[in-house]
Amino acid sequence: MLSATETAGPAAAAPGPAAARTRTRVRSGTALGLGAAMTYLSLIVLLPLAAVVWKSADQGPGFFWRAVTTPDAWAALKLTIGASVVVALVNLVLGTVIAWVLVRDTFPGKALVDLLIDLPFALPTIVAGLVLLALYGTDSPIGVDLAYTRIGVVLALLFVTLPFVVRTVQPVLLELDRDMEEAAASLGAAPWATFRRIVLPNLLPAMVSGTALAFARAIAEFGSTVLISGNIPFRTQVAAVNIFGQIESDNVTGAAAVSTVLLVVALGVLFGLDLVQRWGTRR
Amino acid sequence: MAIEVRGVNKSFGSTPVLSDVSVDVRSGALTALLGPSGGGKSTLLRVIAGLEQPDSGTVRISGVDATRLSPQRRNVGFVFQHYAAFKHLTVFRNVAFGLEIRKRPGAEIRRRVRELLELVHLEQFADRYPHQLSGGQRQRMALARALAVEPEVLLLDEPFGALDAQVRRELRTWLRRLHDEVHVTTVFVTHDQEEAIEVADDLVLLADGRVKQAGRPHVLYDDPADTFVMSFLGPVTRLDGQLVRPHDLELSVDPVPAGVPATVSRVVRLGFEVRVELVVDGQEAYAQVTRRTADRLGLDPGAPVYVRRSPEARGAAVAAG
Repeated sequence: MLSATETAGPAAAAPGPAAARTRTRVRSGTALGLGAAMTYLSLIVLLPLAAVVWKSADQGPGFFWRAVTTPDAWAALKLTIGASVVVALVNLVLGTVIAWVLVRDTFPGKALVDLLIDLPFALPTIVAGLVLLALYGTDSPIGVDLAYTRIGVVLALLFVTLPFVVRTVQPVLLELDRDMEEAAASLGAAPWATFRRIVLPNLLPAMVSGTALAFARAIAEFGSTVLISGNIPFRTQVAAVNIFGQIESDNVTGAAAVSTVLLVVALGVLFGLDLVQRWGTRR
Repeated sequence: MAIEVRGVNKSFGSTPVLSDVSVDVRSGALTALLGPSGGGKSTLLRVIAGLEQPDSGTVRISGVDATRLSPQRRNVGFVFQHYAAFKHLTVFRNVAFGLEIRKRPGAEIRRRVRELLELVHLEQFADRYPHQLSGGQRQRMALARALAVEPEVLLLDEPFGALDAQVRRELRTWLRRLHDEVHVTTVFVTHDQEEAIEVADDLVLLADGRVKQAGRPHVLYDDPADTFVMSFLGPVTRLDGQLVRPHDLELSVDPVPAGVPATVSRVVRLGFEVRVELVVDGQEAYAQVTRRTADRLGLDPGAPVYVRRSPEARGAAVAAG
């Protein structure tokens, strides 16, 4: 999902007819693959996205702006983006801690925990919402009632975004050369200095990637928040639910406008992520 | 003594890796820990560096008991087989790392790093990242990084093990010259007896977690404690129930005192030396002679000869176990 830019395979350096033939065949194969990939991406991703953006603008920029800044849409967008920022930051720290524990520590049941990390990916999000409501709802068996609160929204988002940072940091940490840490120690670095100067810089690109993906996922979340939040406009209604509500009340253009805002934010984050990764691979 | 290791025991799980190991390393000397793989030499080096804790026994560095000191307080330089380069830092910052940790002033760091990069011939690579260097360059960078903190002892764990044969040979000659220049007490681990004999002032031969013999290379070569040491350090063959060096064997066509009758089975010319394979009493043996001797004797397969240990031979013969 996040593989670094693949370097070109062994180039056909040797001249001669055989090499030339290989090269041509590879090139036509590439063209076919490229064509298929682009057609598929266009049908599945690019055209629908373009249609949404097109739809959002079909009643002029003034309407777009009014649709986005209606009090309920604006509140939903603010809540969604604010909660997603909080969720991304919590993931950045705790996701890294979980990855660290899974890689560096041994404890009974580690394999099971490792398996459970992916559960939020596998579980239908509405089920996740139901589970959270059962534990933290009005009939909470542990006396913690987070139903219809913003904290409940954050909790639901934390649940569904848990795997991202863990699963991006974990492989990097596994591959990290332990000799580097021993070398730093023998050069006089205390454990914290070794972590800060040696381990952290090597993990940072993966941590940022995972955080960006968690953020992008959080702003789009619908299923898990819909039950626990109660969808109270101005208070706990997230943007995805707001979009759904607008479509229900036949305001397709308004729904498309809010969608476009989410799309732009997500693209911005992914663009920033790409910059960070380029900066990471350059070193 | 720069390093005194006394009675060190170490096990990984139930597998003993070091058994009652005691080693002395002379100040300013270049000492090789030599032995077969799995003999415990790397573990001993890591115990000296503090990267492993011994189960029992003590390690003294420059007269100070360092057994319970953490690696960062021992002031040892450690060079790893696979370089352990800080891959997110430039060559300059790699070498500067230990000085930055010690919070030395920037001007001093820059001067010292320049000096060290010159010493290891990497001055034009200061701004490169480790992945832009060859293996040999990375290892020289690692060496400069370890030397930067002016360690009491420099420890090298199979430093040339990951390099190809030619770079390996170049670097070990270079290491010897470097050591003659900087004189820091150095211990390096190797499984290559040729490398150890060529480079080291002292050898410590370790096998099965025990010290088999320690001393000057020529002493171990000529006066080995047992058959293991003898066969590990150089070629051996059997004659009359004894292990001898094949270059200590003398051949003649006519009977000589103490000469044993033998039959030449094969003559192999290897450049300047000739390897004469023999059958003595139904046992196989071989002698290494010069091309001149071989020509003088006119050796051919099937020829009868007399073989004995040369009276001038420096090396001992050890009863084969």
